[in-house]
Amino acid sequence: MATPKPRVKVPKTATAGEVIVLKTLISHDMESGQRKDKEGKAIPRQIINKFTCEFNGAPVFSCDMDPAISANPYFEFTAKVAESGTFTFTWVDDDGSTYTDEQKIEVK
Amino acid sequence: MKLNRRQALALSAGAAVAVVAGLRTAPASAAVEDTQKRIMEFTGGKTPEAGKLTLTAPEIAENGNTVPISVNVESAMTGDDMVDSVIIFAEGNPNPEVATFHFTAMSGSASATTRMRLAKTQNVIAVAKMADGSVYMDKKEVKVTIGGCGG
Amino acid sequence: MKKISLAIAIAASAFSGLVFQASADPVDEKLVIDGQEMITRAPAPEGHPFDEVLSGWLFREAETRAAEADSFANPGMLGVERGEEVWNTVEGTAGKSCASCHNDAVESMKGVGAKFPKWDADSKRPIDIELQIDKCRVENMGAEAYKFDAEDQKAMTAFIKHQSLGMPVKLDLSEGDMQAWFDKGKETYYTRTGQLNLSCASCHEGSMGKYIRADHLSQGQANGFPTYRFNTGGLVSIQNRFRGCIRDTRAEFPKAFSDELLALELYVTWRGTGLSVETPAVRQ
Repeated sequence: MATPKPRVKVPKTATAGEVIVLKTLISHDMESGQRKDKEGKAIPRQIINKFTCEFNGAPVFSCDMDPAISANPYFEFTAKVAESGTFTFTWVDDDGSTYTDEQKIEVK
Repeated sequence: MKLNRRQALALSAGAAVAVVAGLRTAPASAAVEDTQKRIMEFTGGKTPEAGKLTLTAPEIAENGNTVPISVNVESAMTGDDMVDSVIIFAEGNPNPEVATFHFTAMSGSASATTRMRLAKTQNVIAVAKMADGSVYMDKKEVKVTIGGCGG
Repeated sequence: MKKISLAIAIAASAFSGLVFQASADPVDEKLVIDGQEMITRAPAPEGHPFDEVLSGWLFREAETRAAEADSFANPGMLGVERGEEVWNTVEGTAGKSCASCHNDAVESMKGVGAKFPKWDADSKRPIDIELQIDKCRVENMGAEAYKFDAEDQKAMTAFIKHQSLGMPVKLDLSEGDMQAWFDKGKETYYTRTGQLNLSCASCHEGSMGKYIRADHLSQGQANGFPTYRFNTGGLVSIQNRFRGCIRDTRAEFPKAFSDELLALELYVTWRGTGLSVETPAVRQ
């Protein structure tokens, strides 16, 4: 599997206290551990097990994931911020790798 | 043993009845009980009420490998009126856990959407835990269809 | 006796999964992607068995349609983005990337995806996007041709076709021997094959709009390939789809890019003349 690549969608600007919609997608097979290969051997589980979104270091939203989450995990959720700053998105893989992305937002 | 056509049909009909009967008795399954147990673990033993939480899922999923689901909890998301987390279960999957969403005051609202796997037609269950300890539940049956050739 | 043979017929059809009973109209909705309206219904070209050609999008459930209409929620776009990276990556002995010659794909590849397969005078056969990429790689970059359905082959094909998003499919059948290949593809389309004895037309022409088990049968159009499938969680190429369909008839399936499947790609693409390129479409 190629290195998972995150995509995030954050509005460029917002007004203070506005509830904005954030969307994230990351390429990942989310191997459930339930499948078998051609020889009938179980394919070991390898999923992204945690996703977090922080704003200027403070937690906004997070999700603990089990193997029932589909390949290429997709999330849509909301955020409300009072000042301009940076959203940090982090995905944690079963193998210990983390994948991150950042997006700035200007609050008027 | 050689069967004539009539005997063969009678036999296969019998087998079909046996299969259907087997399915009918199956739902008292370990997964359903397991789900109930895990709901109680999540709520700390409280029985969740209906209301406040809405789970949105398609009535019929075109493909069980990717089923969109959304949760939304009515809440001001400030002060005491706050949602802590929402847990999702699929009681007919090999493992019932799907995901747990954690919200904060900066979430602005307690709503989230994701895509999940469903092994077969079953109930998807969402349980919300509020900051004050109250718990709510919503449940939707999603029919998972069997594709023809899957074009 | 009549009763028994009827029972057998029902059992046999249930076994093969081919109970064409229910039918439903394609939805009456518009597909708008990033503010651009797609042509999902077009008058059929002359000689076409239908009056109107219809995008497969119209046959899908609401959730699947919504995933294609939102280019962010469409996971096929992960492939398109990967394709853009590959476009700009130097490979091969000539030290070139695609961009070295073709610059910005947004300009140089616009419309390309709506015109392929086209005639290739060098090989004296039609050439599709996948083969054109390979030709460029081998002849101009000094790189190796892709293995069939390599992730980067699908990503590059999706990236190039995506530059024609919304543009109507229009093939030029006047070049070289395109007409002969078209006829060959048409013959394959109508030839029954496999233990189930099905042709492409059995499902996608004769039973279009009906249900094959729970699947709503579309016209089997090629305008959205490579397509993201919820089933596999990845991009599926048109040649892979053909092989899958033929396999499902319980027949031996031809090699990818064989004369048979290349002719079929040409003919099936023509059957979608006038529909917008939707790559990467989203299907179940």
